[in-house]
Amino acid sequence: MSQYQNLFTSVQPVGPLHDGVDLPRGNDQRLGKPFLVHLLGRIGNAQIGPVYLGTLGLASLLFGIAAFNIIGFNMLASVDWNPIQLIRQLFWLALEPPPPAYGLSFPPLAQGGWWLIVGFMLTVSILLWWTRTYRRARQLGLGTHVAWAYAAAIWLYLVCGFFRPIMMGSWSEAVPFGIFPHLDWVSALSLRYGNLFYNPFHALSIVFLYGSVLLFAMHGATILAVTRYGGEREIEQIVDRGTASERAGLFWRWTMGFNATMESIHRWAWWFAVLCPLVGGVGILLTGTVVDNWYLWSVKHHVVPSYPLVSPTVLDPAIMGVKP
Amino acid sequence: MKIMIKLSLCIWAAVILSGCERPPIATVQTGFRGTAMEQIYNPRTLVQQASLNQAPVAPDAASAEGPKASQIYQNVQVLGDLSAGQFGRHMVSITQWIAPDQGCAYCHNVQNFAEDSKYTKVVARRMIQMTQKINQDWKSHVAETGVTCYTCHRGNNIPTQVWTAPKDRLYANSLLGDLAGQNMATKAAGLTSLPSDPFTPYLMNALPIRVNSDTAMTGAGAYANRASTKQAEHTYSLMVHMSGSLGVNCTYCHNTRNFQSWEESRPQRVTAWYGIRMARELNNDYLTPLTDTFPAHRLGPKGDVAKVNCSTCHQGAFKPLYGAAMAKDFPELQVLAKP
Repeated sequence: MSQYQNLFTSVQPVGPLHDGVDLPRGNDQRLGKPFLVHLLGRIGNAQIGPVYLGTLGLASLLFGIAAFNIIGFNMLASVDWNPIQLIRQLFWLALEPPPPAYGLSFPPLAQGGWWLIVGFMLTVSILLWWTRTYRRARQLGLGTHVAWAYAAAIWLYLVCGFFRPIMMGSWSEAVPFGIFPHLDWVSALSLRYGNLFYNPFHALSIVFLYGSVLLFAMHGATILAVTRYGGEREIEQIVDRGTASERAGLFWRWTMGFNATMESIHRWAWWFAVLCPLVGGVGILLTGTVVDNWYLWSVKHHVVPSYPLVSPTVLDPAIMGVKP
Repeated sequence: MKIMIKLSLCIWAAVILSGCERPPIATVQTGFRGTAMEQIYNPRTLVQQASLNQAPVAPDAASAEGPKASQIYQNVQVLGDLSAGQFGRHMVSITQWIAPDQGCAYCHNVQNFAEDSKYTKVVARRMIQMTQKINQDWKSHVAETGVTCYTCHRGNNIPTQVWTAPKDRLYANSLLGDLAGQNMATKAAGLTSLPSDPFTPYLMNALPIRVNSDTAMTGAGAYANRASTKQAEHTYSLMVHMSGSLGVNCTYCHNTRNFQSWEESRPQRVTAWYGIRMARELNNDYLTPLTDTFPAHRLGPKGDVAKVNCSTCHQGAFKPLYGAAMAKDFPELQVLAKP
């Protein structure tokens, strides 16, 4: 007999297609007839649709598509409208923020003007989608945990592209829209501000990032391991602790000395995930506005170990007055 | 269905693995343990590199006896103090180094060797002076190893690793698609999306390379460090070029926990510092003034002359030709000739 408890789904239960719960009055109609996709059923729910778009969703999509297209056409123009080069160099191309000389003024379109417009549209799109997330949760009678977790991510996005550039007095400090370019921007930011690894908020952010991964793996593994006792019914087991919960809890008490409950494990995970961008955003916001060299900041606060120098004394040739 | 999935997984695995370099990887520690001061090499590619960076065997030294070249030949402006034998030896060598296929006629009108009608002869004369200048005044960078024409040319008319200002894209003045001098896959920036021309600002002009602050906290007014993140990207690009040109990691010169610190750097960083100044001087004093001497097809897309950067000499080796002391066999290239 097949069992529903493996690392990979071996059984795909298919029920009748359903539209879900009734929506409150004033909500739009849901769009489309639901249908099943077997391959998607292997990793998640096989049913696609119906879709609820609504005013906020539609507005968000329109702003998002506009931003996406402006970025895309700028990339296409930057390779002289050659579609093959667009695909070939896609990971390198970008829409760059204005050069430093423009400060916070509105630059010509070709010199970062498009970047400001796209930044505005993308931000509007993201904030509309956040509002939609909040309102959909309320309309379905849910808590707003997802919306606030999403807000934490938006905070980091706004710090990088809006709050910090304004505090620095220059849009040029913001992130370019591009795959490799935004990664190289991260490296350059770290190099300019004396090694971001010495930024304690960066360290905290990494703790919560890897912590989230670890918690997710531990929780997923635990629940999969106790599904044979009905452990995937986590919410029921919060109030009616069954043998699955007891065994899972006992296992962690034996191996870790302490255990979460079926309810608290989700709070741990939520806080770890939310704190990752929250503290990360604080670290970026302080970079260049308050702290200019994180390595020297760490030296000042005695958290940098000193190692014996192996090379002979090396002096800066620029200050020795040596003629090149 | 299952076979299709397995097949596509195999293809993806192959695609992802194809981005990796085949081992072995050798690590050489260069600093205190635990500081990650080390160089990473692949012995297999190193063997390849070594065969590409061999110095040619020098011809036997010629006798200094007899009349001077300037007394026998006409229009000898730079090497006139050599004996006729030494002069001939030098001409044979320079032909082997730069025009092994074309021979004497690459620079000389064979009807009249003294004539300056070919641009290549005028350029060659200036380049000999440049080589003398490097060996005499830039010992801070080339030490006693020195350089010869071969260090850069390696048997080519034009050294393979030179740079000119990159050409503008076709619709550079349009409203869309400004690349801000970066975000293209270029060899100059080591296939990163960093600025693709780190040479004009640093190896032609002398824009500030240093971007770090020497204080922990942000200063105000006159104490503020105004270097932008974009400036850091330019510096980063230059450093990527240097690292690629020498075939070394960042830690060859820097302690990467604190890039700016000279105290924690290796002495190689001082040599590199002089190298940047040397390349800048050569580009400004020797190469750019030759712009009008070169025919148009030898110039870059923006009409500038081909110039030097770190890879022009180094070509992937931490020392050009892996430190072969080739220049000592050519004393005429050691000292700037009297005008």
